[in-house]
Amino acid sequence: MSLVWHWFAIVFALGTGALALAQPQPSRGLAPDQLRSGLAFAGPDVQRLQADAFANPGLLWLTRGKALWAQGAGPLKQSCQDCHGRQAESMRGLAARYPRLAPNTGQLVNLEDQIRACRTQRQQATDWAFESEELLAMTLYVTDASTGLPLHMSPDPALATHLQAGAALYQRRQGQLNLSCAQCHDQQQGRRLYSDRLSQGQPNGYPVYRLEWQTLGSLERRLRSCYVGIRAEPPPWGDLRMRQLALYLTWRGEGLPIEVPAVRK
Amino acid sequence: MSQSLARLQWPFVIQAGDVVKVRLLVQHPMHTGYQQDMEGRLIARNVLVWLTCTLDGQQVFRVEPSSGIAANPYFEFFVRARASADMVVQWQDDLGVMGEWRQRMDVAERKTPGP
Repeated sequence: MSLVWHWFAIVFALGTGALALAQPQPSRGLAPDQLRSGLAFAGPDVQRLQADAFANPGLLWLTRGKALWAQGAGPLKQSCQDCHGRQAESMRGLAARYPRLAPNTGQLVNLEDQIRACRTQRQQATDWAFESEELLAMTLYVTDASTGLPLHMSPDPALATHLQAGAALYQRRQGQLNLSCAQCHDQQQGRRLYSDRLSQGQPNGYPVYRLEWQTLGSLERRLRSCYVGIRAEPPPWGDLRMRQLALYLTWRGEGLPIEVPAVRK
Repeated sequence: MSQSLARLQWPFVIQAGDVVKVRLLVQHPMHTGYQQDMEGRLIARNVLVWLTCTLDGQQVFRVEPSSGIAANPYFEFFVRARASADMVVQWQDDLGVMGEWRQRMDVAERKTPGP
């Protein structure tokens, strides 16, 4: 009898082990050669504004971010530059790998979270709120060091469950319009929704200058806009689900080069 | 954010007497009074009341934008550059906040026949 139970236990253990190993990879939806930045779906005027190396409004925030990088803050008047040196070297490629797990807490964080943590814990300076000019400017400046580098999810195996959760959220129908992200951005991309062309929902241009907002905004703000668009209640600011969704988008867009400062309608 | 920030651009090489195109981008939210903040509260109207550009102490451009102008307004105008001088941009908004941005315009002596 006990032998049978042992046998059962072994089979069960093997089974769950195999299940964990064979955890289905979420579907990418798009082949690498099908990936298109949101710029490809924008109108010619928006494309021109983004390409204008003077008039692209995002450059104002980039200038601000550069100044903030060298500006001391907190009781020790430490600046980002004091620890990290030149942004072009120390931050190169970093933004392409976010969101990732914070090494000290193990929590899934996006670039904004990381900058805020650095600001309050390392510099011990006043916090920068989500969507504050300073946080957006610094996020843009850090991301700018990765311009042209492909999105590439951090290879951390511990990200698997978050990736699964993000993929599930991407496929889940929600809101009064009962739509999933996939229905617009995988199945209907390139087609018109009122006067807009539906993009692939790629995360490679954030923080983005959006003409609708008349200002720079984060990926989280953009995702919240989509929630409002499908008449769903957006999660609270800083919610884990938004980071999981962003993680899935990064993985789904792997290979697409970072393109900031981007301009979108 | 109260620090004033603008961008100014003109041709890289200017010879004395040239008429040059000046491009100006000013950071300002230009809140119309109808927009809402992240919590859904109405944002009070705050647009640029006036903006001037002076070159070498002489006013060369003035505009009184209203709420019909987009955020981070962009302007273009032409000036005749006679000698190297500071271009000074100044502005004031509905909250009474003043802004200033200055940039040196370098003008070389004329080598080719004038316009």
